Amino acid sequence: MYEFDLTRPTTIADAVAALNEEDAQALGGGQTLIPTMKQRLAMPSKLVSLGAIPEMKGVCMSDAGEVCIGGATPHAVVSAEATAFPGLADLAGQIGDPAVRNRGTIGGSLANNDPSACYPAAALAAGATIVTNSREIAADDFFEGMFETSLEEGEIITEVRFPVPEVSHYEKFLQPASRFALVGVMVAKFADGVRVAVTGASENGVFRWKEAEQALSANFSADAVSDLALSGDEMISDLHGSGEYRAHLVNVMTGRAVKAAS
Amino acid sequence: MPKDNADEKGGIGAATTRREDFRFLTGAGQYTDDITLQGQTHAVFARSDVANGVIKSIDTSTAMGMPGVLAIFTGEDFVDVGGNPAGWLINSRDGEPMKEPKRPVLAHGKVRHVGDAYAAVIAETKQQAQDAVEAIEADIEELPAVIDMASAVAGGGLVHDEIETNVCFDWGWIEDNRAATDAAIKAAPHVTTLELVNNRLVPNAMEPRASIADYNAGTDEYTLYTTSQNPHLTRLLISAFVLGIPENKLRVVAPDVGGGFGSKIYHYGEEALVLAAAKKLKRPVKWTASRSEAFLTDAHGRDHVTKIELACEKDGTFIAFRTETMANVGAYLSNFSTATPTFLHGTLMAGNYTVPNVYVNVKAVFTNTAPVDAYRGAGRPEATYSIERVIDMCARELGIDPIELRRKNFVKPDQYPFASAAGLEYDSGNYDAQMDKLEALIDRDGFAARRAESEKNGKLRGLGVNAYIEACGIAPSNLVGILGSRVGLYDAATVRVNATGNLSVMVGAHSHGQGHETAFPQVVADMLGVDPASIDIVHGDTAKIPFGMGTYGSRSLAVCGSAVVRATEKIIAKAKKIAAHMLEAAEGDIELSDGQFSVAGTDKSVSFGEVALKAYIPHQFPIEDIEPGLEETAFYDPANFTYPSGAYACEVEVDPETGKVTVERFAAADDFGNIINPMIVTGQVHGGLGQGIGQALIEQTAYDESGQLLSASYMDYAMPRADDLPFYQVDHSDGTPCTHNPLGVKGCGEAGAIGSPPTVVNAVVDAIQSGGMDVTHVDMPLTPARVWNAMQG
Repeated sequence: MYEFDLTRPTTIADAVAALNEEDAQALGGGQTLIPTMKQRLAMPSKLVSLGAIPEMKGVCMSDAGEVCIGGATPHAVVSAEATAFPGLADLAGQIGDPAVRNRGTIGGSLANNDPSACYPAAALAAGATIVTNSREIAADDFFEGMFETSLEEGEIITEVRFPVPEVSHYEKFLQPASRFALVGVMVAKFADGVRVAVTGASENGVFRWKEAEQALSANFSADAVSDLALSGDEMISDLHGSGEYRAHLVNVMTGRAVKAAS
Repeated sequence: MPKDNADEKGGIGAATTRREDFRFLTGAGQYTDDITLQGQTHAVFARSDVANGVIKSIDTSTAMGMPGVLAIFTGEDFVDVGGNPAGWLINSRDGEPMKEPKRPVLAHGKVRHVGDAYAAVIAETKQQAQDAVEAIEADIEELPAVIDMASAVAGGGLVHDEIETNVCFDWGWIEDNRAATDAAIKAAPHVTTLELVNNRLVPNAMEPRASIADYNAGTDEYTLYTTSQNPHLTRLLISAFVLGIPENKLRVVAPDVGGGFGSKIYHYGEEALVLAAAKKLKRPVKWTASRSEAFLTDAHGRDHVTKIELACEKDGTFIAFRTETMANVGAYLSNFSTATPTFLHGTLMAGNYTVPNVYVNVKAVFTNTAPVDAYRGAGRPEATYSIERVIDMCARELGIDPIELRRKNFVKPDQYPFASAAGLEYDSGNYDAQMDKLEALIDRDGFAARRAESEKNGKLRGLGVNAYIEACGIAPSNLVGILGSRVGLYDAATVRVNATGNLSVMVGAHSHGQGHETAFPQVVADMLGVDPASIDIVHGDTAKIPFGMGTYGSRSLAVCGSAVVRATEKIIAKAKKIAAHMLEAAEGDIELSDGQFSVAGTDKSVSFGEVALKAYIPHQFPIEDIEPGLEETAFYDPANFTYPSGAYACEVEVDPETGKVTVERFAAADDFGNIINPMIVTGQVHGGLGQGIGQALIEQTAYDESGQLLSASYMDYAMPRADDLPFYQVDHSDGTPCTHNPLGVKGCGEAGAIGSPPTVVNAVVDAIQSGGMDVTHVDMPLTPARVWNAMQG
C-alpha cells in the first residue's frame, strides 16, 4: 500500500467537495479498493470515505412503493431489512461472506460494476434508479461494460431505488474460488412484463437477456426458456469455464430462477 | 495398547484435548512475524514478472538513495556462496547422475520463473523498502517460457542453459524388473491403460513464510527465526551448503508455525538473504511473505502427467503395473524435489496388492514455474491416484465389482512381512478388515436407495472406493542412503527430569498443527506413571533441542516418538538405580508402577518425585556408581518405513445440468497401528481429507503459456471451505501395530490427502456413467466446467 490521506465527511456536499481534489478516490466499503491498494495496484493520494454520511445509509420505502437503499448501506443491512423485496434481500445475503457483507456497500458495488458482482443484476432486472449527488440514472443507462458506468468523475451514488416486482429470484452459480457469480441471473416479473438480468457471463458486463424476457413475459415458466440458446461468443472464457459453458449456465440459471420465483 | 483407564490418566490412548490450542485460540501464539527485535529492519524482494529472462543489468542507484534504504543486494553479491542443494541424488536409467543446476540465493544471469527474486532492499520500514524496490531499474530481456512438460522434454528453449536439457533425470524403478514387466504386459489377457494428470497444488499454509535474522558482532553468532518444519535441517543446509556459517554459530528457531504441509521443510533463499543482510548491517532484518509471494514462490505440490497400464488375467488377477510419468520440478531443484517423484512414489507403485511385476519410469522436468516439491503425501498420493484410478477403470472394463477386484488382489494378513514388487517390505496390515469396516461405514447396502432418491431430484449419484498404502515414518537412514538420500533420517529426544519432578522433553520433531505438545507427554506420562500435565515439550530451537530431522512424511511419532520412548527408558533405568540406592535394595528388585518405585514383594517404595529430587540433591549419593542428575538423550533410527493403509469410500452427487459435484458422504477406515491420541488422529484425517477433496474438486494451479500464474490469489485459486466438505465417518480403531518401533505406531498426517482424491474421482465417474454417458475419466480438479464438458462427450 502507498501512503494516502483519509477523510470522513459527514454530508454529501462535503464528500463531493473532497472528491474534487486531484487523485481523490471515493471509498465505499473498501472490499475491492482496499485489496487493490494493498497490492499497490491503485495509488489514490486521498480516500474520501462515504461511510460516515447518515443520509446515505439505511433501507426505506418511497411513496411510490420503491425500496430505497442509501448508497453506503452494507449488504448485510439490505439482506436483513429489504424485506419488501425478498428477491433483493436474498441476493444481498449471497454476496461474499459475512465480513464482506458487513463492510461492502451497494453504492460501492454498483459504481465498481465488476462483471461478476451480484448487485448489478438486481439493479438491472428491477429497473432500478441510481440516484447520485447530481442526477437520477435509470439502470438501463447506467451499466456500460466491464467496470464501466455512466458515473462522472467525482459523482457519488447516494441512493438506489428499486421498483418491487410481483415475484423475483436471483439464481447464482458460484465461481469456486472467489464465490463471485460464475453466472448469476436475476428474474423479476412486473405487471407489465418480465426483466432478466445476467451477471458473471458476458465480456460486456451485466446485460438483459431480451429473448428470455419476451418468452417469459408471454409464459412465465421454466419451460419457456428451456429451448432458448445463447451464443458463447461474447461470454467470458477463463480458468473457471468457457464462454460456451457460461452461455449454457445462463440458460440453466434462468430456468431455475423462474422456477424458484413462480 | 490403549488402556481401559487411558482417558482418566491421560496416557496412551486418551482423547486428550490439545493443550496448545489454548494459546492459539486466545491469540497468545507467537509466530515469526509476531517477533520484533530491537533495531529491526525490513527486507523486501524485487521479483521477476517474466517467467524466463536474461538479466542484462540491474541499476540500484536511484533506489539506494531513497529514504530509509540501508542496503540493496543482487545476485552479484552471492556468486561466491553455495547453491541451495537437492537432498537426494537420483541416477538416470543410463547410470548418469541427475542434473543439478545451481539454485542461488538471488537470481544471477537469468530469472527462471515469475516471482524469482533478483534483488532485495533492506530499509528502516517495510514501506520504504517497497518503495525502493519499485525504483530498482532492472533490464530483463524476456525469453520464451518453458511451461508445458512435453514440450520441455522435446527440446527447444532451456530453463538452465548450462545443463543443455530440461530433463533432470530419467529414472527407472526397478530397472531389473523392466524386461519382465514389459513381457508380462505383452502377454497379458487384459490391459487397461489410463493417461491422467495429478494436478499441481499451491500449499497455502495459513501463515505465510517469514524470517528474521539477528547477528551478534560480539560473538559472531547468528540467530534465524523462521517458518520451518525442521530447524536443524535448515541450519545444516545453510551451514554446510549455502552460506558456510559454522553450525555452532547459527541458531535456528522455528517458533509457532501456522501450517506447513511440506512447503516449510525446505530452505529458501530469503532465509540466506536476511542472514547475510543482518551481518552486513549489524542489525536484525525481517521479511514476511505476502500471500502473493506465497503463491508465486512457495514450493508447489504434485504436477505429474502419467500413463499407467494395468495388466491382468480375465478373472482380474493382477499381473503388472507399468507407468511413465513426467514430474514437474519447476525452475530449480527444491530440497526434496528429487525424492518426491521417485522414492516416495515409485516404491509405492504396487499399492496394497500382490501384483508380481511393477516398473516405474519418471522423467523429472525443469520448467519456468515455481519449484515443485513434497506436499502433504508427497509422491504417495500420486502413486495411489494412478493405481486406484486404473483399477477402477479395469473393474468397469471387466465387469467386476471394484471392491471385489481389490480384495482379490490384496496382500493377505498371513503374508507379512510382504516384499512388494516395487521394492518395499510391508511389515503389517489387514486390508480386507479395513474394507469390511468401510463397507459398513459407508452403508454400501443403502447406496441403491440413495441413488434412486438422488435421481428423483434430478441428480446423478456415484459411489467411489479406494485402498491406499503409504510409506511413512520417513527414516531408516540405511535404506534412504541406498536410495540416494544425502542426509540421515533418524530423530532425537532428550528427556530432562527437573529436580522438582516435572519434565522437559526436547524433541527434534516440530509441531505446526500436529499436536505434539499434547501427544508426546501422553507417551512419557504413560511410561513413568506421572501426570501428563507435569511434562512439557520443547521443540523448534536448535539451541535447546538435540539434532533432529523435523516433521514431514508422517514421521514425528513413529520416529521422534520412538526416540522419546528410548530416552524415557534410559530415565527409568537410571531412576531405578537411584531408587534402589534410596531403598537399600538390589536394582533388579525395583519395579515402577503408577509413578512409584517399589521393592518387589515389599511395601517399601519411593515416588518418582523423590527420586528426581535425590538425583539433583545427591547427598549420601553413590557418585562412584551413579552420576547426579536425571537427563537422557536418545537417537532413534528405525529398521524400516512404517506402512499406514486404509480404505476410503465416498458418495457424490453430480448435477447433470451444471456439472457441479457435491460430496454427500465420506467414510475413511484407516490402519495407523496403535493410537496415542484418537482425537488428534481424527483431526489429522479430517484435515487430510479436506486437502484431498480440495485437490480432487476445486484446487487448480494454472500457468499460461508465458508462465504467468493465472491462479495467483484466492480470487482464482479455490481452497476448500467447510461447505465444500461433507461430514466424515472416520474409524481408525483396531489397527495392526507397526512391528518394528516401540510404540507400534505408523503415522497419520498424510493419509487423508493420499486416499481421498481417487475416491472422489472414482465416485464422479460412477455417477456420470449411471447417467448413461460413456465417460471413463476426467482429470482433476473436477470443476463444474470440466465435468460438464466431459458429459457433453
